[in-house]
Amino acid sequence: MKVSQMVEALSLKVLAGESFLEREVCSGYCCDLLSRVMAKGEKGMAWITVQTHMNVVAVAALVEMACIIIPEGIEVERKVLDKAEEEGVIMLSSHLTAFELAGKLYQMGIAPVCKVVD
Amino acid sequence: MAGGYYSIEQVFHIKAGDFASAGEASSQIKKTLKQLGIDSTLVRRVTIAAYEAEMNLIIHSIGGELKLKVTPQSIIVTAEDKGPGIPDIDLAMQEGYSTAPEIARELGFGAGMGLPNIKRNADRLNIQSKVGEGTLLEIYFDIKAR
Repeated sequence: MKVSQMVEALSLKVLAGESFLEREVCSGYCCDLLSRVMAKGEKGMAWITVQTHMNVVAVAALVEMACIIIPEGIEVERKVLDKAEEEGVIMLSSHLTAFELAGKLYQMGIAPVCKVVD
Repeated sequence: MAGGYYSIEQVFHIKAGDFASAGEASSQIKKTLKQLGIDSTLVRRVTIAAYEAEMNLIIHSIGGELKLKVTPQSIIVTAEDKGPGIPDIDLAMQEGYSTAPEIARELGFGAGMGLPNIKRNADRLNIQSKVGEGTLLEIYFDIKAR
């Protein structure tokens, strides 16, 4: 599934990385502890987190995640979005909770782990 | 990675508490390794270890250096600081044990997975520390012939 299809299906708001929406999503993860995310994160992962600071962008870029989804309409600072744009990180936002987002993504067929490794 | 006797070294100065630039050194290390044509799985392992080491310098040390050395056979990431040192290394290596301050925990660090993550991704790890003097962390990765 492409990020653009996910954006459409869940009515997500694109905060950063508009030009990369054709990227493939193959797995999903929901966690706010960055070290845990570094351990579990993988390429093509859609990551749901309430953390909105600079380091979230760094983690997503380093692991080459498909996108970050911020739940509950939490606002993200402009400088973080600029950094995301610069690093090619897609940041999306939703009014849904992390629980609801994860449930919907799972129903759409997004797996906990990517089956195909690059 | 055919033949050659090259060796590349990069040094990054990491400031204590500099969460705003956190990840920049690891990001540069990742770019360098990609440019050298290192296998993507290995790049990922080195990147994760480098990031955790960089974060440890920012969160725990009074500042230090993160170094990358690449030879045809290996990749070595070194994190060296001037203190405060780790009193009990075995305890620090335990998953879930963390001494991260509140400011780091609020940002989602301090899960006690930094050093375990480094160990998991490395081929070999050497850690030396003395309280009041500093910590030296050497992370080794083998480049397998393809």
